[in-house]
Amino acid sequence: MSINHHLDDATIFSYVAGALPQGMALVVACHLSMCDTCRSRLRAPEAVGGALLESLSPDRINDDALEQVLDRLDEPDSTSVSSAAEVMPVQSSEVPQPLASLIGNSLDDLEWKRMVPGICYIDLPSGPQGVTKLLRVAPGGVVLPHTHRGNELTLLLRGSLSDEIGRFQRGDVSDLDDQVEHQPLADSREGCICLVATDAPIRFTTLLGRLVQPLTGF
Amino acid sequence: MENTPPGDDVDNLAFLSKQHAEEFEHMSWTQLLAQLGVSKDRKVYIQLFRHFAPRVKAYIRRLGVLESVADELTQETMLSVWRKAHMFNPEKAAASTWIFTLARNQSIDWMRKQKYPEYSYEEVFHDAEESATEGTPDIDQGLVTDRVMTAINTLPENQAQVLYMSFFEGRSHAEISSRLDIPLGSVKSRIRLACEKLKQHWRGEA
Repeated sequence: MSINHHLDDATIFSYVAGALPQGMALVVACHLSMCDTCRSRLRAPEAVGGALLESLSPDRINDDALEQVLDRLDEPDSTSVSSAAEVMPVQSSEVPQPLASLIGNSLDDLEWKRMVPGICYIDLPSGPQGVTKLLRVAPGGVVLPHTHRGNELTLLLRGSLSDEIGRFQRGDVSDLDDQVEHQPLADSREGCICLVATDAPIRFTTLLGRLVQPLTGF
Repeated sequence: MENTPPGDDVDNLAFLSKQHAEEFEHMSWTQLLAQLGVSKDRKVYIQLFRHFAPRVKAYIRRLGVLESVADELTQETMLSVWRKAHMFNPEKAAASTWIFTLARNQSIDWMRKQKYPEYSYEEVFHDAEESATEGTPDIDQGLVTDRVMTAINTLPENQAQVLYMSFFEGRSHAEISSRLDIPLGSVKSRIRLACEKLKQHWRGEA
């Protein structure tokens, strides 16, 4: 798969640190499952985690902790079934594995809700701030111009989308923050389906946008 | 006691530990973990536990978890070290790096009451297509850890601060921004600058 738009260093770093809000971490994990390049970029920050772990002064461990763990080594691993499933990527599925655990393996049989004409959505679990949604934009559909108060991550799963930054196709991720204003347009015949996560409300830049903002849930 | 597997004879653990510490003295933690993956040897596991469990607990407590919970999460993390050791690849990461990711997932899943979306770490190792765009040459991973630690120690204070807030407090860009009262863009550029420097050291260019 040819992927042209990748994650920001700051996003990868916080993902590895375990500091990314839930919805953004979902988008990152999905992109990583599709992108060899970004997967290889995990390794330096992960080495930071290892170095930090090694540098900590050891905490006191109860005397019996080791014995308790040793007693459990022969226990059957209740997580092994699910972790085996995690390790096996479902090649035939259009849905990246981290998302598939939430919505299943198909993008076609979902219960979409209407947001505004031309745009449907499905809400996904998010952190305390911001939203996480699967969006389906009809061919030629536009999202009203907006900037962001925080970060906005968008991963294309089907079709394509264009904005001021470029053209995004399956596997591409748009990693934006409050420095950017954009107006995404679904520019292919089939429209597009994308996974979006924010960590703060977005800011519509036109009067119409501000009027309809309450309807959009963003 | 020669016939008793270590661990079954709790009274002798301290003795065993000392004896085996000498037996394994010449091996690095990374080599030991790789050996555990092959042999599932309890003697090897005990060495790893004694070194890493106190550090894993220190990491988890810094995330702001109560001590009793930290004890439990440390045990679960160390149990997964035993169960997943066969997936560890010593050419790709140091033992401390691999165990860090296990401890991170264990504690975040508990704190958020939902699973941290994860592209399985093990999968990366078994991925034949992994591109070599950003790799280290085949060198001892312990050396890589030392280089990265050196890099962390030479970061300017404001970059080290965002690094610690991310790794040890689990704070998002937005949280760091409001805590330090600086714009989101400044948080991200500090992180990017830190990343750049860390990557140079990690690759051995610095």
